[in-house]
Formats: sequence, C-alpha cells, structure tokens
Amino acid sequence: MTFLPFAIAAWLFAVGLYGIVTSRHLIHLVICLSVVQSSTYVLLLAIGYRTGAGAPIFAETPVGAPVVDPVVQALTLTDSVVAATVTALLLALAVQVHKKAGTFDPDELDILQG
Amino acid sequence: MRTLLPLAVVIPFLAAALLLAAPQSWERRGFDAFAVAAAGSVVVISSVLLADSTRGPMVYWFGGWVPEDGVALGLAFVAEPIALTLVVLAAFLVAGSLVYSWHFFDTSGNLFHVLMLVFLGAIAGFCLTGDLFSLFVFFELMSVAAFSLAGYKVEEEGSLQGALNFAVTNSIGAFLILSGIALVYGRTGALNLAQIGESLAEAPVDGLVITAFVFLIAGLFVKAAIVPFHFWLPDTYAAAPTPVCVLFAGIFNGLGLYAIARVYWTMFDGVLGAELVTLRAIMVGAGAVTAILGAFMCWPQRHIKRLLAFSTVSHVGMFLIGVGLFSPAALAGAIIYLMTDGLVKGSLFLCAGILLHRFSSVDELGCDGKGRSIPYTGVLFLLGGLGLAGLPPFGTFVGRALIGEEAAHLGWPWVTYVMVAASVLTAAPVLRAGARVFWGWGPGADYDQRSEAEGDEEEPETTEARGTTPSLMWLSAAALLGASLAAGLVPDLSVRLEPAAELFLDRRAYADLVLRGVTPNEVPLPPGAPLTEGAVTGVIAALAATVAAGIGLWHAKLPASIRGGISRGLGPAFRGVRALHSGHVGDYVAWLTAGVAILGGLMAATLR
Repeated sequence: MTFLPFAIAAWLFAVGLYGIVTSRHLIHLVICLSVVQSSTYVLLLAIGYRTGAGAPIFAETPVGAPVVDPVVQALTLTDSVVAATVTALLLALAVQVHKKAGTFDPDELDILQG
Repeated sequence: MRTLLPLAVVIPFLAAALLLAAPQSWERRGFDAFAVAAAGSVVVISSVLLADSTRGPMVYWFGGWVPEDGVALGLAFVAEPIALTLVVLAAFLVAGSLVYSWHFFDTSGNLFHVLMLVFLGAIAGFCLTGDLFSLFVFFELMSVAAFSLAGYKVEEEGSLQGALNFAVTNSIGAFLILSGIALVYGRTGALNLAQIGESLAEAPVDGLVITAFVFLIAGLFVKAAIVPFHFWLPDTYAAAPTPVCVLFAGIFNGLGLYAIARVYWTMFDGVLGAELVTLRAIMVGAGAVTAILGAFMCWPQRHIKRLLAFSTVSHVGMFLIGVGLFSPAALAGAIIYLMTDGLVKGSLFLCAGILLHRFSSVDELGCDGKGRSIPYTGVLFLLGGLGLAGLPPFGTFVGRALIGEEAAHLGWPWVTYVMVAASVLTAAPVLRAGARVFWGWGPGADYDQRSEAEGDEEEPETTEARGTTPSLMWLSAAALLGASLAAGLVPDLSVRLEPAAELFLDRRAYADLVLRGVTPNEVPLPPGAPLTEGAVTGVIAALAATVAAGIGLWHAKLPASIRGGISRGLGPAFRGVRALHSGHVGDYVAWLTAGVAILGGLMAATLR
C-alpha cells in the first residue's frame, strides 16, 4: 500500500480550494469545485484498492480470489452523479448571473455586503 | 406501524414525481392542493409515528435485509422521537409555506412545489436513516433542492449570487463530509452507524479517527452555519424567496446540528468518550462565538430579511451550545429551542414576505410607518420579536432555560448570560423594525444611512393587486406563531423529551436496537420541575429587548456625549465585522478553510 493516492487526494483538495479562493471567473470557479470533488473520488478508490486484486466482477473469478472493494466504487459512482447535478446547477447560475450582472468576475459581484 | 416509516420519505418523492409528470396546463390551484395534501400527509404520518415511538423506537430494514451476527448489509430507518420531532417540524413548515405561497407566486407551473417536496423527502430521509452513506446522499439531495430553491428567482441578481455562494460553500462542506465517511469506512469497513460505532470503540483513538471526525464535524458546521463557516447564510436567506426562507431558517441549519449529535453519539462516543470534556469546551466555545457574532451583526441591519438571517446565525450558535454540552437535558433543550424558535422565525419571515408582497420592499426605513395598513401582520411581527427574546409562554424560554441550567450544572454559569445577551440583541432589532414599520415610531431619516444592504432593490415576488393582503398569508404566519406558543403551554414540556434524549445518547442501546433488535428499556418520564427561573429570565430578556429597541428608535434623543461614545466605541467594530461579510465567495471559502484548520488544530492538540 502506497501513500501516493492519499497525497494526490490531499493535493487535489488543496489546489482546488486555492483555485476557488483566487478565482476571477465564475466558470473557472465551478471547475475548481469539480477539482475539489475529484479528490474525494481518488480518496474513495484508494481506500478500496488492494494490490494484485482484480475487478469486483464475480462472473468468472474463482471463489476466494482477491478483488478490490466494490462498495467504495459504488460510492464513487453515486458521488459523481451528485457532482454532475451540482456542476450543472452552478453553471446555470453562473450563466444567469452573467446575463443579469454582465460579468463573470466574482470581485465585481458586490450587492450582498454587510 | 413500522411499515409506515418509509412512507415519510416515499410520499413526498412520489408526489414530486407525479407533479412533474402532470400536464403543465393544469389549474395552478390543483398543483397547490396536491402539494399541500402531500406535505400534510407527512405531518400526519410522522406525528402518528412520533406518538408511537415514545413507547419504544422502531427499526425498518429495506427489503428485509436484517443484520446477521451484528453485521448490517441492508439499509435501516430508525424511528426514535428526536428524529421524528424534526420530521414533524419540517413537514409542518413545508405545509405552512406551501399554503402561504398559494397567493405568493404568480408564475404558473409546479417546479416550486416539486422542489419543496423533494426537499421535504430528503429531510425525512436524513433524519431517519441509520446509515452513514445514505445520510450523505440525503444531505446532498436536500442541499441541491435548497440551492435551486434559493436561486428560484432567476431574474434577480441578489438571489442568484446568494444561491451561488450557498452552493459553492455547502458543496465543499459536503466533500469534507464525504472524505470523513471514506476514512471511517477505510477503518471500519462498515457504513451502518451502529456498526461503525462498535468497530471504532474497539481501538484507541488515533490520527485517522481524529481526522475523520474533524472532516465530518467541519462539513456539518458549514451546513449549520457556525462561525467562521456561516458567511453564506445571510446572503442566501436575505435573497431567497420568502416561503423558502421559512424552511431554511426553521430547520435547515438545525439539521446540521442534529447530524453532529447523531454522528457523535452513534459512532464516536465509544472512541472519543474519554475526551468529552475537551470536546465540550470546543463545541460550547464555537457555539458561544456564533451566538454573539450573529447577534452583533443583527443590530446594524435595515434589510429585514437579512436581519432575520443573522438572528438565525445567532440562534444556531445557541443550539450548538445545547448539542455540544453532550448531556441528555441539554440535548432535549436544544431540540425544544430549535423547534419553537424555528416556528417563531418562520412566522417572522412570512410577515416580512407580506411586507414584500404589499410594498415591494423589506427595508426598515423605506417601509417606515407604511405597515399601519396591515395591523394584524404588525401584531404578529412584534409578538414574534418577543418570542425570539424568549418571553413565556413562548416555548423558546423552555429550551433556553434547559440548556442554561445544564451548563450551570457542568460549571459554566456564564452560558446563560451569553444566551440571554444573544436573544436580547437579536430580538431588539426585530422589535425596532416592527415598531418603525407597523406603527411608524421613531424618526426615519436621520438613521444610520451607511447601511449597504438596503433591501429595497428586491423585486416583488408577486404581481397581484397590492390593495389587500390575502388572509391566507397572515393566517399561515399566525399558525406558525401559535404553534410555538402552544408548545410553551404543553405541561412539563421541559422533561417530555428527556427519555428520548437519554436514549439518543446511549450508544450501546442504539447498537443493540439496530443490530440485534433489542428494544431498549423504557426510561421513565422524570418529574417535571417548574422553570421559574427560566421564565423570569425570559421576561427580563423581553423587557431588555424592548428597551434596547426603544434606544434604537430614538437614539438621536440621547445626549450627544453618549452617542459619540457609542459610535466611537462600537463603530469600528461594526464596520470591521461587516466588512468581513463581503459577499465574495472566494473570501467565504478562505474562511471555511481557515475554520477547518482551526478545528483540526484544536482537536489534534487536545485529543490524544
């Protein structure tokens, strides 16, 4: 078991957050949010991984053969469905903001203050 | 009875799907009636279940996949009184705001109804589930419905930006939760809450458990809007459609705290139980900071919905104190407070919506004296302000007194002072705004004009004739307020929830119930003690709030030296804290990251 996938998950989380904090464009910001989310995919899949194990498809594998954990793969799948929903919604909001405010720059959206 | 349990989730989802499939050419009233009926049936079902669960909690396994040898493969719904209380509250609020929106939106179509029902179904699932991952899925479903509801007024800039800030920050919160779940699963190989608890309790605490705990708690803090994770809340609630605000302020944040209690008491109590004193200090500290900061931000607001949003932040801080004291009486107090305060806050938001409907503005100064033509709404609004202060017999005073007493028991008598101060500071601006708008008290023009969020830019949510206020609107506000008042009149309310809270806090009993089907021993109802002290405190708080509201209205009449002193002393602080609420989503995410770092640092340093 290597720590590399966990380090990558942490890196993706951090770099995505950095992107969101410094973003100057709402579309860029939404994509950065997807980067943060992809760190959770890496984390989930890394947790279920077993060295030398096959895919969890039991049709032709002999009984007792090692497979990777199918549960986390199911969780990742669910997670990506959630991601698609949230990203679509956010992109729609971003487009609508652009229609109304004429800008994609979060620095220029300042009507909610104080 | 057990088979009714999934219906609390199935009915709203099914109704939402049917509504979506119905031809759009239907009469609007048909959609309204159908949605109200669906929400109403959830109220009935969950009330019946609640009454039944006080005699003994129930577990429902989907598809009959019951656990074998303490290993759960299936999904369970666990019905116990605290979860069901929240479901009843949610369904009641959804039904109330659907009735209210009968005259509120003029747009035809049924998307609003569909989203509201999905929101309700997700809340019910979130409360009832006994499984960590489905907790997350219901959480996300609820959040996505909430994002769409918050941005429902797509033609309005504030609403869009509020929804954007809401969606981005809460999604990051959800990713934190998911990371925490992944780590917990990696350690235990289980997703059932009870089974995770048993597995975690076998090993001593280590870095992985603490990291997972921090991720879960931080993610739920975002949802509950605990300082410094709270920045999204005022932006969203100020700009969201009023019927949606009722749900947001009434229950949405409370669910984050419910999940903290649920996750801690089923999963982490076994492994972190020895560190309870430290955890208590962290939670109560965070709650107190939130209560004070939210209350502090209330005072300078003139946009009434934003004012109510900050009072929500403050009150969530108080509920966190109740949850974070980690004791049955305080938890019971937090649930009672959450429920009664949510009803009052919901009613206040509905009154603000009536202002918006009538005058197209929720600006305290812009509406100066205009509200004289709607006296009933005025009475409800001012009564709501007193309810926020915890004036008996509003149920709010019971919850606050229970939390305060329990904190004093544990050696922290200052908690009561913090909570009373926060209630006074949140109630006073509400009373001030109410007296100015509905009675025309106080001078209007020379009030602090620097206020930025003015509240008169908001577009009307209706285009109906403005001459009258449909009686359904103020009647639904009255119903919510009346429910809160009635809750305070329930005999021995203070001890009603205590057996349920005892059970909630018993990890072993929960695991036995879920994994082995052992019904826990019935906890007898303790004798009710009169909350004389709490009632007196409530009256004092209401008086103090009234006096403070008077000062807010007529501060121009104070001697110049006092006024100068106040503005020199508090002015920079107000400006500083308000500047932090920049409306910029990047800033909010930076604060969120800092919050996770602080929380993680504190826990890593103290939990060993």
